[in-house]
Amino acid sequence: MATITLDTVRKVYAGDVEAVKGVSIDIADSEFIVLVGPSGCGKSTLLRMIAGLEDITTGEIKIGDRLVNKVDPADRDIAMVFQNYALYPHMSVYNNLAYGLKNRGMAKEEIDRRVKEAARILEIGDYLERRPRALSGGQRQRVAMGRAIVREPAAFLFDEPLSNLDAKLRVQMRVEIKRLQQSLGTTSVYVTHDQLEAMTLADRLVVLNGGNIEQIGAPIEVYDKPASTFVASFIGSPAMNLLNVKADGDGLSLENGAGLSGSNAKGKDSYIVGIRPEHLQVVDGPSSGDGVNLEVSVDVLEPVGAESFVYASFPDGGPEIVVRVSSHARHEPGEKMHLHADAKDVHFFDSSTGRRID
Amino acid sequence: MVPYMLLLPQLAIVTIFFLWPAAEAIQSSFYLEDPFGFGSTFVGLDNFTDMLTSTDYGRVARFTAVFTFFVTFLSLGFALLLAVKADKVLRGASTYKTLLMWVYAVAPPVAGLIGVLLFDQHVGPMVDLFAMFGWKMQIGVNYFDTSFAMIVTAVWKQIPVNFIFFLSGLQGISKSVQEAASIDCRSGFRRFWTVTFPLLAPTGFFLLIINITYAFFDTFGIVDVIVKNEPGNNPVTLVYKVYLDGFRGNDLGGSSAQSVILMALVFILTIIQFRLIERRVHYT
Amino acid sequence: MYKLKISDHLILLTGVFFMVAPVVLTFMTSTHDAIAIYKGGVQFLPGDKFLENYETVLFQAGGFTQEVNGFVMLKNSMILGFGFAIGKIVISMLAAYAIVYFRFPFASVCFWIIFATLLLPLEVRILPSYEIVQSLGMVNTYSGLIVPLIASATGTFFFRQFFMSVPDELLEAARIDGAGPWKFFKDILVPLSKTMIAAIFIIMFVFGWNQYLWPTLITTDESLFTLVRGIKQILQVWVGAQIPAFNEAMALAILAMLPPVLIVVIFQSWFVKGLVESDK
Repeated sequence: MATITLDTVRKVYAGDVEAVKGVSIDIADSEFIVLVGPSGCGKSTLLRMIAGLEDITTGEIKIGDRLVNKVDPADRDIAMVFQNYALYPHMSVYNNLAYGLKNRGMAKEEIDRRVKEAARILEIGDYLERRPRALSGGQRQRVAMGRAIVREPAAFLFDEPLSNLDAKLRVQMRVEIKRLQQSLGTTSVYVTHDQLEAMTLADRLVVLNGGNIEQIGAPIEVYDKPASTFVASFIGSPAMNLLNVKADGDGLSLENGAGLSGSNAKGKDSYIVGIRPEHLQVVDGPSSGDGVNLEVSVDVLEPVGAESFVYASFPDGGPEIVVRVSSHARHEPGEKMHLHADAKDVHFFDSSTGRRID
Repeated sequence: MVPYMLLLPQLAIVTIFFLWPAAEAIQSSFYLEDPFGFGSTFVGLDNFTDMLTSTDYGRVARFTAVFTFFVTFLSLGFALLLAVKADKVLRGASTYKTLLMWVYAVAPPVAGLIGVLLFDQHVGPMVDLFAMFGWKMQIGVNYFDTSFAMIVTAVWKQIPVNFIFFLSGLQGISKSVQEAASIDCRSGFRRFWTVTFPLLAPTGFFLLIINITYAFFDTFGIVDVIVKNEPGNNPVTLVYKVYLDGFRGNDLGGSSAQSVILMALVFILTIIQFRLIERRVHYT
Repeated sequence: MYKLKISDHLILLTGVFFMVAPVVLTFMTSTHDAIAIYKGGVQFLPGDKFLENYETVLFQAGGFTQEVNGFVMLKNSMILGFGFAIGKIVISMLAAYAIVYFRFPFASVCFWIIFATLLLPLEVRILPSYEIVQSLGMVNTYSGLIVPLIASATGTFFFRQFFMSVPDELLEAARIDGAGPWKFFKDILVPLSKTMIAAIFIIMFVFGWNQYLWPTLITTDESLFTLVRGIKQILQVWVGAQIPAFNEAMALAILAMLPPVLIVVIFQSWFVKGLVESDK
């Protein structure tokens, strides 16, 4: 168990492609950190640099107190779970788990003890003699985790480990990974593009975009106070509604003037205003309450069970608006709808940089 | 150091047995060797001009072209027909497959020997068969008859390779595409030409190159056995002539010049082949 | 589903007939005596000279060759087939491993030198190759017979394609598991390639066994003759013979094709896989 420290880590590929642009993160002992972002944001590269599978162009990575920039992956005391599991297809499950330990020259009895123990924790004891090919996706996933556990490493590195599973299994394994990490208390770095997975697993989220950190924080903190429009639209599903508005004296209006009113609380000329779908309340008539008021017409109603989502638009075009409504609400396409968001639920972002304005 | 050690055996063999001889061939194509082996004189492009203007070379080149054309298209055609049918049948499919491909393992000169037997003037059943239609075959004597026997033997020997590739190409066409086609098109014949055949085209182009290479080089054994080691006025291929002029005629320069021409030809074929492979990768 | 038609089977059966019949006739002819063949032509039914003819060809010197019998030629064919296939697999696996898994200076130069050999079939550079082997004193040796044939890059190309299809994560997982280059090759890559090795072995064995032109030039000493090389001898004896020994010639032909045919038929699925994959 150990801390992991990244200090202005950069990765430049041949041809001057800068995949990671000076990232610094302090990961505490036993912490579960999730790196999340769209594909190409540099999250996998960052993880692979921690693993030692990619060279570090500049900057420092420390595991515990040890600088590992030049240390071979096998000697970094880490374990990695790969997206496609990377199980050795020609070895039995037992040998898949034991291979790394054998290479370290560990005694047979100790290897056996560790493999049996990992198999017990992950409930894969029954197929230790099978080949990976004879296992289901979920079982392979467990074997891949087992291979990480037996090493008893200072840190687990997960590279999108659940993305090859079907939806139901993914949820199940997600819970299991969380439980396992809590009971073992091993520092973990987890890469995913799935914001829901990120939210549910992380002690702290690191949202990456274009090789830069957009925001670091506890999941709920990131959700409640997104640091930028990028984070706002990436975390949460359906995404936060983002509207370009301009100041209209003390009030706010949409660019084309239609369907929106609100108070200019921050004293600038223009903003991007963000409102989460669940913060828009359907009201009976034109409202003039504090916050933002909208007048839209319903396009599509999407029931998902516990709730429904209304996709609506402004009379004169402009951005689409998503509203969360109760699953029993009835809205017909074409219907006029009045919406209100309280001032405390309205996020303001700088219209040119996209950064949060508090 | 590790990668160099790994590459060393291969690089050593390649250098000694490929690059060096190839360089020699190119070099001696510009020289005229003294018949008694006392030395050689630089003659520039003389060997090439002599070769290209000689009637003998022209005759051999023409035969090689005709031979290649027939061998390639006949063996591809028969193989495609058999592969399409073998892809359809369910019962006995693997038996058909085995029986149609095992000839792959027969060496060209052995195939040639079988050809010699079947087309033998005294004992050959093929000669008897054609005699019924009034064709008195004289293999080894009559130029046309000998060519015919060579082509038949070479086609026979090459059908299995083409069959294997076509069959695996056909089996690689996804079931859903075939099902979509059978919904869109009622006629099986039309379906073959509009869907299956175009999807098989990359395999076909690839095989075309393979077959041309085969007809040029790998048929040496067949040719040698069918002319019974005595080319005389019999039809031979360009590669056979390289061997003949080099080893029997001791015309080192001439033989080398012919080699260089063939190298250029193989070079072009290989470039085309690589292009096709690239395209085939894109296809899938 | 397609409807099965009688015509499909008829076409296939005709195809099978043309592929099989010539060899059946060859075999039938090899079981008769020479005079019967000379008088009655190619034989369609088995004769009573099977044991006699094959015994003569296998164990008696003379006939087509002066000093060696078929058994020695069979042994030489085996040496050529196995030597070629094994040598080729070892050398090309090592080279392909270097090309796919290492970054080093001149990598692409090495790559192109090796792959240039695909451009130069042996037949094209036969005369200078012969002279070089001769100057190295390798004429009439097994190494002179086998090594020059090994050099072509077909095997390297094949293993390169296969190694490139192995997921990178496997190498990375092995690195984290503490496997160095040699361990990765031995513990992971070679076991993973088992089927591929078997497939390429079959193709290469058949290719080596069936070599004709090169053995014809390199082995003039009869004790090094292979069965396929022996075919040439038949022709030289035939020229001018009163009654050609068709029976023994065909027995030799059957012997020469039997081992490769058996291997291809028995290991058909590996062989087909290897053939189709290798040329991609």
